[in-house]
Amino acid sequence: MPKIIVEVMPKADLLDPQGKAVANALHRKGYGKIQNVRIGKRIEIHLNEAPTDEDLQGAAEIAESFLSNGVIEDVVNIHVED
Amino acid sequence: MKIGVVTFPGTLDDRDAARAVRIAGAEVVPLWHADENLRKVDAVVLPGGFSYGDYLRCGAIAAQAPITRAIVDAAKGGLPVLGICNGFQVLVEAHLLPGGLIRNEHQHFICRDQRLRVENVDTAWTNAYQLNEEITIPLKNAEGGYIASAEDLKRLEGEGLVAFRYLEGNPNGSMNDIAGLRNERGNVVGLMPHPEHAVEPGFGPDGGAAMRSGLDGLKIFESVIKSVVEA
Repeated sequence: MPKIIVEVMPKADLLDPQGKAVANALHRKGYGKIQNVRIGKRIEIHLNEAPTDEDLQGAAEIAESFLSNGVIEDVVNIHVED
Repeated sequence: MKIGVVTFPGTLDDRDAARAVRIAGAEVVPLWHADENLRKVDAVVLPGGFSYGDYLRCGAIAAQAPITRAIVDAAKGGLPVLGICNGFQVLVEAHLLPGGLIRNEHQHFICRDQRLRVENVDTAWTNAYQLNEEITIPLKNAEGGYIASAEDLKRLEGEGLVAFRYLEGNPNGSMNDIAGLRNERGNVVGLMPHPEHAVEPGFGPDGGAAMRSGLDGLKIFESVIKSVVEA
């Protein structure tokens, strides 16, 4: 099934508590080389047929207006997968 | 005088908010998230909780609910709207107030009686306070860190749109110790702490007079009654 993938990350200069907690846990497990972990979201939008340019434009709009909040997050990638 | 209290799936404090409205002397009109009709209310309270399980972002899905779209339209026409905690997050996600609320800096849920300063009393929800009055009401949240762009922050401070500021320690890393905001018109106010939990003797924060005697939240609800009656 064709899908549009939207990836959202917390803004680089903001604290990412989830990432920090995971990095701390990994350090406890002995992965000392890990400097930092950041966690974002991957959102899959499933369609019945391959997305048109218009669909992609629509996805870009909802990615900015609803799937992310520009004050705290960035949309880092929108792409199509089969 | 009718005040609507909204219930989304996952709202927790609608009963307490309704009780506060009644104690202040107004009639409560329950509003359901799927309603599109505000049922002729004179004001609306968006209570605290975890609307839609905090999915996507706190308040993000509630900001798109049918009742919220009706509230946004009415707020633009001047309807007094108060957002408490998750309700504040809904107001921010609905773009009635600027900025965003993120996980507390220290990453812990916090629940305590919080000292605040009322910094703006020219609003529908704060006019019964004295300017710079210091109050104590409960604070309980995990995602209460207020952030805004440098530009928005400058405008909020420059135009006097900060309604409440944290005193005696910033509990969550909020920029400029911001606990609550008003909009330009003064009909929309949002805050993280919970005034509805400080309205009834025996159930509020500890006060000077006796344990649990703090009633500092009541003036929020008295303010809106006053503003509607005088309008």
